[in-house]
Amino acid sequence: MENLEKILAQHPFFKDMSPEHVAYLAGCAANARYDPGDFIFRNGQPANQFFLIRYGKVSLEIFVPGKGAVMIETVQEGNVMGWSWLVPPYRWHFDARALELTRAIVMDGECLRKKCAEDPRLGYELMSRIARLIEERLRATQLQLIDIYGKD
Amino acid sequence: MAAVPDPMIPIPYRIQTVQRETDDTFTLTLTAASSEQIAPFQAGQFNMLYIFGVGEVPISISGDPSTPEKLVHTTRAVGTVTQAMQKLKPGNVIGIRGPFGSHWPLEEARGNDVVVIAGGIGLAPLRPVLYTLVKYRERFGKVVLLYGSRTPEDILFRRELEKWRQRFDMEVYITVDRATGNWRGNVGVVTKLIPRAPFDPYSCVAMVCGPEIMMYYSVLSLRDQGVPTESIYISMERNMKCAIGFCGHCQYGPAFICKDGPVFRFDQVEHLFNKREI
Repeated sequence: MENLEKILAQHPFFKDMSPEHVAYLAGCAANARYDPGDFIFRNGQPANQFFLIRYGKVSLEIFVPGKGAVMIETVQEGNVMGWSWLVPPYRWHFDARALELTRAIVMDGECLRKKCAEDPRLGYELMSRIARLIEERLRATQLQLIDIYGKD
Repeated sequence: MAAVPDPMIPIPYRIQTVQRETDDTFTLTLTAASSEQIAPFQAGQFNMLYIFGVGEVPISISGDPSTPEKLVHTTRAVGTVTQAMQKLKPGNVIGIRGPFGSHWPLEEARGNDVVVIAGGIGLAPLRPVLYTLVKYRERFGKVVLLYGSRTPEDILFRRELEKWRQRFDMEVYITVDRATGNWRGNVGVVTKLIPRAPFDPYSCVAMVCGPEIMMYYSVLSLRDQGVPTESIYISMERNMKCAIGFCGHCQYGPAFICKDGPVFRFDQVEHLFNKREI
């Protein structure tokens, strides 16, 4: 556990979080490894995990019939992945596939929700960090949507 | 006394090669059709290319400044003139006026890290910078190229990017907005690459070229990393006609892009940036 705590504290997502909170959250964490081509999760499956990528690269994809898998984003070392564990109905809305050997810390969503409910200060801290991520992702999606490199 | 060349009179240049880069982008290599030549250029400057009987367009120079006798222009076929240009063949002659405008701050970059951020066809005006950085590599600190493109098929200068990526003294990161199939690279906007790029924000010069919205978000991201605004340069694009600051077509607030730009230090144009009225 001590090792996981140390890894969590070093991940950019937990930067400057109080050591007590990191230690408390480490109880929800586990190490995971994915080989190239492995699906980490798939669209429609229950979403009960939050991933902190330590190494490797993961592609977030949407399957478009007739077109195949369309990659919408890649996440890699230092990034986090997945917030569907936060809001009902707790289901993934896209596929996540490892492009390379990937190592991650997987955090149990139910465990995180429980700890946030028990300690609202921690809950607020965690939600603020996730809200920042959502804002960043939304801004990036807007740029992708307006097709900035297109002809028009 | 030698006569000063009239900047409004095009000099004939002959097309040597036409290289197709992507679906709608091509590169012309030209040499002077007579003994008359334009002056040597600096990285970031542009020429006016005149297709006789069709029209004239400003195109940045994408070739190597150390071989100025060989003019290289990479163009996207989007309007009447550039579409006509796409149909030209080796041996055809066009008119060239130039070089015009300001250039990238390669002298100021000496001794510093250099971050080159390009989006789409914005890589073309930055390619002369990259040639210079590679040629005089020892003069600079870390060299980082961040390039964003629409899809893998839209990536320009693939062979050169691959060559630069293989160098141990250069970091090249490429991302695309969307991909299918076997793409193993990054997917996402180019600004996402900035926080993970290895450079010293307090001792670097950033050169950014691409769509204005992409440059804007790149500047914000560079600042988030601690890069001072005075170390960030951008290249602006407007409808340039005379190219010598007379006609006013490319006026940008108090500046003319053709004469005062296209390369600006960001703090000089920040107050004009993203203004609907301009």
